[in-house]
Amino acid sequence: MSRVKMKVGLTDRIISVVVYTLFSLFALICVYPFYSIIINTISANDISARGDVVFLPKHIHFQNYLDVFKIPGLWDATLVSLGRTVIGTSLTVGASAFLGFMFTQEDMWGRKFWYRFTIITMFFNAGVIPWYLTMKSLHLTNNFLAYVLPTIVAPFFIILVKTFVESTPKELQQAASIDGAGIMTLFFRIMLPISKPILATVAIFSAVDQWNSFQDTLLLVTDSKLYSLQFILYNYINQASSLSTMVNLQNAGSTAMASLATKQTTTSIRMTVTIIVVAPILLVYPIFQRFFVKGIMIGAVKG
Amino acid sequence: MRLQSYSKRRISKIKFLYILPFMILLGIFAYYPLYGWVYAFFDYTPPIPLSKSPFVGLKWFHSLVENQVKIDQLLQVIKNTFGMSGLNLLFSWLPMIFAIFLTEIKAVRFRKFIQTVTTLPNFISWVLVYSLAFSMFSSEGIINGLLKMLGFIDSPVLFLQNSDHVWFTMWMWTTWKALGWSAILYIAAIMGIDDALYEAAHVDGATRMQIIRYVVLPSMLPTYFVLLMLQIASFLNNGLEQYFVFQNAFNKDSIQGLDLYVYNLAMGGGSYSVSVAISMLKSLISVVLLFSVNKLSKLLRGESIV
Repeated sequence: MSRVKMKVGLTDRIISVVVYTLFSLFALICVYPFYSIIINTISANDISARGDVVFLPKHIHFQNYLDVFKIPGLWDATLVSLGRTVIGTSLTVGASAFLGFMFTQEDMWGRKFWYRFTIITMFFNAGVIPWYLTMKSLHLTNNFLAYVLPTIVAPFFIILVKTFVESTPKELQQAASIDGAGIMTLFFRIMLPISKPILATVAIFSAVDQWNSFQDTLLLVTDSKLYSLQFILYNYINQASSLSTMVNLQNAGSTAMASLATKQTTTSIRMTVTIIVVAPILLVYPIFQRFFVKGIMIGAVKG
Repeated sequence: MRLQSYSKRRISKIKFLYILPFMILLGIFAYYPLYGWVYAFFDYTPPIPLSKSPFVGLKWFHSLVENQVKIDQLLQVIKNTFGMSGLNLLFSWLPMIFAIFLTEIKAVRFRKFIQTVTTLPNFISWVLVYSLAFSMFSSEGIINGLLKMLGFIDSPVLFLQNSDHVWFTMWMWTTWKALGWSAILYIAAIMGIDDALYEAAHVDGATRMQIIRYVVLPSMLPTYFVLLMLQIASFLNNGLEQYFVFQNAFNKDSIQGLDLYVYNLAMGGGSYSVSVAISMLKSLISVVLLFSVNKLSKLLRGESIV
């Protein structure tokens, strides 16, 4: 009897060791790329270019972060990305809150039909070319509105809000209705305040989507003033060498001579821009991690 | 009485009027683009407007298979689509295993840490993934530097320009990005298991593996089934962004799935009409797939998925 138990204990322990090792390894693979790029951007650029910065930064400096903003277009792109994230997220959250709430109104005309009309759009899509041609015919190419208008009605977020509203006590709405509150009063005074947790989740998801969006710039924008950070980064990966030469020339003009440690290389430019593009996500992520998890779990109930 | 029912109807209509602007937006951005499918039946070359383009019927559909070269090209694209979607399908159980063993970890802090860290890659864009990939695996990248430093290689290995194993590396990147995140649904399912089941299994003397096999796994299968069906329904839509950013002159032949092919045809080659014809066929097959898996789900589980 005790022999059997010991055997079990041993396999158990072996399983534990394997499981811990595998998970640690995978976690390392998930984090190391970010870490390695960060330490490379703050190390001396000549050492970094030789590939000698692997575990710890060497000769720390922050010149790279000052230099990359000398690249024309990076400021514009930062503003475009921030702008679309703020405006797009506000519009999406507002519309999702309102529609999610309205779709719980059982006496609304054609409620079931319009809800299906909305949700079914998650399952089809005309394809990139019809999309491009449509946007062109609407004069939404090379137009900032192309970033924020199409995302206003977001079926997945509407499902999240509707599910949440349905889980709140019906008596709240009924009591307010009896007191003579109209539908808008009901929405602004009752629903918005109690839906805060789910709206925070929607806001986070939506902001990440807006910040990360790349395809719409690729398809719809040729005006470099409207490039998003993601698009600029993609271009930089492919043409960083000419950019580093340019920044170095600028620096040579202003200061006497750029030392090797702060001289921009192809790698230093690309890595620094990468960190600038990923920084908002890395900063926001630990704080809002629980919202992400909550969001997918509520979505899973209905989705 | 009459008056009240009239006003009720009015309220119901007014409520609809509130959402009408949003439904119009949806009409414009989700339904109106479907009209673009008519381009598949015209000889459209910009900037000549569609109204002045000649109607050509099914010409473009025929042209897809009109000679051996085109057939070969299309077959290669279909093969890539099937290969890459197939790999993802083949390993679709991975998040489930990930969730099972993650919840087996008893050290709460370690578990939370692993979960946080492994879901992070899901929130960065494919462009950023490519940038990380470039920093790690390009000829001047960190991995090549490391291999050189350790004396394994003399000249850099060209990981990214490689035309071998493209499907597999694409699967690796997808897994790196999505594995931790996909596991969350299964973790939720495991958290929902009744404690009484565990206790009963314990009393019966079940080992850890036996508990996983007979208690945990069955409770996750419904979730797995639904996700698997949805994945089959989107078999042809393996997306554009990932393959677009990773494509280059060397790997183009094996990375081009249907979505990227459609994009390259139109934006690179200017063949709008052919490209629309392909994406139309693709969408129609996808709809058929969706209905089929829905039917299958109704047959097997008595529940529809959409």
